[in-house]
Amino acid sequence: MNHSLLRLLWAERGSRAFYIVLLLAAVFVPLLNLGVADGSALHVPTYTVALLGKYMCYALLAIAVDLVWGYCGILSLGHTAFFALGGYAMGMYLMRQIGARGVYGDALLPDFMVFLNWKELPWFWHGMDMFWFAMLMMLFVPGLLAYAFGWFAFRSRVTGVYLSIITQALTYALLLAFFRNEMGFGGNNGLTDFKDLLGFDLQSSGVRIALFLASAIALGLAYAACRAVIASRLGRVIEAVRDAESRARFIGYRVENVKLWVWVFSALLAAVAGALYVPQVGIINPSEFAPINAIEIVVWVAVGGRGTLYGAALGALLVNYAKTYFTAALPEVWLFALGGLFVGVTLFLPKGIVGLIAQWQTRLTKAASLKEASA
Amino acid sequence: MRGSKRQYLGRRSSQPKVDIANNIILYVEDVSVSFDGFKALNKLNLYIEVGELRCIIGPNGAGKTTMMDVITGKTRPDSGSAWFGQTIDLLTLSEPAIAQAGIGRKFQKPTVFPNHTVFENLELAMAGTRSPWKLLRARLTPSQIDKIDDVLATIGLRERRDAIAGSLSHGQKQWLEIGMLLMQDPQLLLVDEPVAGMTPQETERTAQLLTSLAGTRSVVVVEHDMDFVRSIARTVTVLHEGSVLAEGSIDQVQANPRVVEVYLGE
Repeated sequence: MNHSLLRLLWAERGSRAFYIVLLLAAVFVPLLNLGVADGSALHVPTYTVALLGKYMCYALLAIAVDLVWGYCGILSLGHTAFFALGGYAMGMYLMRQIGARGVYGDALLPDFMVFLNWKELPWFWHGMDMFWFAMLMMLFVPGLLAYAFGWFAFRSRVTGVYLSIITQALTYALLLAFFRNEMGFGGNNGLTDFKDLLGFDLQSSGVRIALFLASAIALGLAYAACRAVIASRLGRVIEAVRDAESRARFIGYRVENVKLWVWVFSALLAAVAGALYVPQVGIINPSEFAPINAIEIVVWVAVGGRGTLYGAALGALLVNYAKTYFTAALPEVWLFALGGLFVGVTLFLPKGIVGLIAQWQTRLTKAASLKEASA
Repeated sequence: MRGSKRQYLGRRSSQPKVDIANNIILYVEDVSVSFDGFKALNKLNLYIEVGELRCIIGPNGAGKTTMMDVITGKTRPDSGSAWFGQTIDLLTLSEPAIAQAGIGRKFQKPTVFPNHTVFENLELAMAGTRSPWKLLRARLTPSQIDKIDDVLATIGLRERRDAIAGSLSHGQKQWLEIGMLLMQDPQLLLVDEPVAGMTPQETERTAQLLTSLAGTRSVVVVEHDMDFVRSIARTVTVLHEGSVLAEGSIDQVQANPRVVEVYLGE
């Protein structure tokens, strides 16, 4: 790797903390799961491994949203569309892997199709039994959707809250479409009962750990890629578009192309997050498209600190940990807590937790220098 | 409709040669623009010579800013034509395409990229790379860095090279914006109220700057400040109700009874 690029990825303190925490998690979580006996206090149960893997996917999704929102000023309330489409592509592959082991024992048709009395596989399910093809579609379909959507939206100069609303409409339309049995994606039940991935049993802790590691690696690579984009001149143009769009246009940038580039890139990251998420939770259904989920992602990013990337990852982790805790301990409180969190962060922490930490640090160094001066 | 097909399929990043065979760089002919019945421009005719420094004055609502909007592709006129040199039809191009063809524009309110450094502002404005994939790999060459430093010297911001643009004073922002136009290598500079809100010293410095730019490029300045206009202008065009009321040297224009009437009221 280019030496200056390496230095650049390592430059910020937040980035260093991000890489170190990610590396420690990637090393110690598998170690404490496989290497420590079940009864020990240090043992990490397989359930926790899967949960952490899920958080990694959320963090990746949050980074994707932060890239367009924090750096390009596009508040997407529709990234669930790309996330869920990526997830469905993986789900289709996993469905095809079940083969004759389904309830109805049909070698070709997934259970829900047999149940609906379908006689043959719809055209778009062909080829999805091949992993490479399914992964290609996992990127291609959300990427194409993002491209088409962005091409129209950015070219007609839809911005601000109007753009947010149509992204929301996009994911809501997909939600309604995927609810329909006729669409051929299992209707409201979605795709589930997965058995194995690339021939390995999905329930085994080895596969769990492999998925966790794959999620961690994807998160690390995506983070580095986003950092590289931001550090490039393209990154400076992206921020310039956010801050003074018409100035950028009048010095000769086709603003719509810049936005389209970062939008599609972000959608692809969201799709990868979705594809890694599905085998770890074991199901994909239309509720993943729900607009409320899309808003939740924005809350993660806002809580962590927008426009930093590591803040988005931190926010995703903290809010989801809180969600896991609350929905188990006080389920009726969760939605109020989420809403309160968003209002609270908007009012009191405009730069999120990361901004708060930075503020404390400057205060501490100031206090220290004052002390030194008086001593 | 803004996005005619031609503007998108048209010119890419290559800067076309402006054909200035008749020593005229900008032709604006019979241009009319109306907003909800209000005629912002009414059969406006304007010709700018190569290397000229032209001042455009006129009372509020005379159509000065609308004229700049038409030239830079922000507003499409109802009728008339606008040509950049002999060959480039401005009415078919988008804003970025017009900027790339060689027309730079400074807004009334200073508009710089507030979260970038002064140096980065100039880097972004530099003519050349505009496509996202190429921007991803773009690196500054030593000669490009020299060019940015030259412009920094021209606009008097060498000491503020690494300052965040948002932290500059109002006058410095105006200069930075002019510097950004220079980085674009334009043949025609449109400058909207460059000295609004400036101190007398800053105004004088700006006058020097704009005068030094003319000659190699054509500069069109819209300004209210008559002292400033007097200090820089050779030719002044007075706009009134969307068309040209008078044109000539500052003394001729100020002696014109119709101009006096428009400015001082009946």
